[in-house]
Amino acid sequence: MNITTFIIISLIKSAAVVGVLLTAVAYSVWLERKVSAHIQNRWGPTRVGPFGLLQPLADGVKFIFKEDLTQPHVYKPLYIAAPIIAVVFAISSIAVIPFGTWIQVGPLPVVGSLGTYSQITDVNIGLLLVLGITSMGVYGIALAGWSSNNKYALLGGLRASAQMIGYEVSLGLSLVGVVIMAGSLSLREIVDAQGGVFWGFIPRWNVFHGQTLAFFVFMIAAYAETNRMPFDLPEAESELIAGYHTEYSAMKFAMFFMAEYANMITASCMATMLFLGGWHGPIFGPYFLRVLLPVAWFCLKVFVFMFVYVWVRWTLPRFRYDQLMAFGWKVLLPLAVANIVVTALIVAWRA
Amino acid sequence: MFHLILFLFFGAICVAGAVNLLMQSHPINSALSLVVVMGSLAVEYLLLGAEFVAAVQVIVYAGAIMVMFLITIMLLNAGKEERSHGSRVAMLLGVPGVVIGGALIAWTILARSTTDSVSIGALQGDPRGIAKLLFHAFLLPFEVTSVLILIAIMGAVVLVSRPEAVVRSADSSPVRQPEPMIKDRELVAAGKDH
Repeated sequence: MNITTFIIISLIKSAAVVGVLLTAVAYSVWLERKVSAHIQNRWGPTRVGPFGLLQPLADGVKFIFKEDLTQPHVYKPLYIAAPIIAVVFAISSIAVIPFGTWIQVGPLPVVGSLGTYSQITDVNIGLLLVLGITSMGVYGIALAGWSSNNKYALLGGLRASAQMIGYEVSLGLSLVGVVIMAGSLSLREIVDAQGGVFWGFIPRWNVFHGQTLAFFVFMIAAYAETNRMPFDLPEAESELIAGYHTEYSAMKFAMFFMAEYANMITASCMATMLFLGGWHGPIFGPYFLRVLLPVAWFCLKVFVFMFVYVWVRWTLPRFRYDQLMAFGWKVLLPLAVANIVVTALIVAWRA
Repeated sequence: MFHLILFLFFGAICVAGAVNLLMQSHPINSALSLVVVMGSLAVEYLLLGAEFVAAVQVIVYAGAIMVMFLITIMLLNAGKEERSHGSRVAMLLGVPGVVIGGALIAWTILARSTTDSVSIGALQGDPRGIAKLLFHAFLLPFEVTSVLILIAIMGAVVLVSRPEAVVRSADSSPVRQPEPMIKDRELVAAGKDH
């Protein structure tokens, strides 16, 4: 493959993946509104398009045409930079996430036969890269809270940063067991290691293969990382008005919203790849089906996680802050460490 | 060639961030400049081939330690620094110091340029290689360092926790009063009976 083809293929893949991601972000807002409405015995958005499907478009138009207030007491450079930082780091981790298998496009008129992985790029430290990018996302929230020059916003920003740093430890440690099992930090190799079945019908996904505890630790820590119920103390409306985005309006507010949903999608992709076997699933039929089905399985698993996110939000009450800290450091962290020790001992004993 | 351009570009960003760190008068801006320095250093490690060190640099330093710095600055509500006109002692000692230090660094680089330079992408910095070094060749220093950090954490916990006797007396008294706790401690320290 020469350099021109490489650049063209990369551009096409990047455009497709970012387009799908942004659409998914918009429609997860629709999903949230619809599911929450049905949980509360309401209808949710119904007026714009069939089943309210054009509601995200209407929301976007509304956010763009709203008055963009900038309070006189804010620290302007960081006040403007904070939502940009939040969105950039929320979106960029999608670059290393593998969606499916090798795609081969038949003989084309000019370039001939082309093949590529359905993933923007595969790096050998993919897992660490995703963790690094998500750990940088905390700057957006912390700076938004501080630069707003408002007590509630500052309290929300401080809560968010303390909570995200604390739960990041458990999140990272819960993934070490998976890395030990796969023997690699490349996301593609981790997914490849989960192919096949036990006794003919149970898939060899990590969640059924000794990492069940790690899966639940990861899920809980991921909810805290994305500041979602029951860990949404940074924006607890009964205590802090709206937390770190109290002073934001119009598109700047919408960017924090987008960042939150993009982070949820990233966390769901991580859970799918690391514990639920990524794109593995029943594959059959002609060639185009064998290429598209893995992507479909991946999207289905991610959708299930997104649905659980919404379901949990409208089911569980919020933690108190001391309970949150005690739970993170005294329950999740020891469980994650115990999982590492047991996994390492079993893998070493078998080898 | 492309790697070299990237290397020089991020080197320039790194130096610019470090200079900006000193020039800014507000602590938050200085802390953010330090984040830029650490991020561009991570890119330099990545370009040299040390992927694991680059990832750890971002996760630990930029993603955790600098956030703690930011929280501290926010909590202290540190304001702008006042600009002074500089001191004469600093000028007299600082300028020759900078000249001597720069000359030493330049001499070291020029004298040893042929022996110890690393070409781009030549380091074997993949996670497996690092793990072999840490857990085989340097196992004892690695473990001793982690015990050292543990001792530092325990020291911090001891420093911030209240003395046991004072906590117990405060809890057993029916009405909580903030002042007697300090008085008790002073009396105990002075060796008096109450």
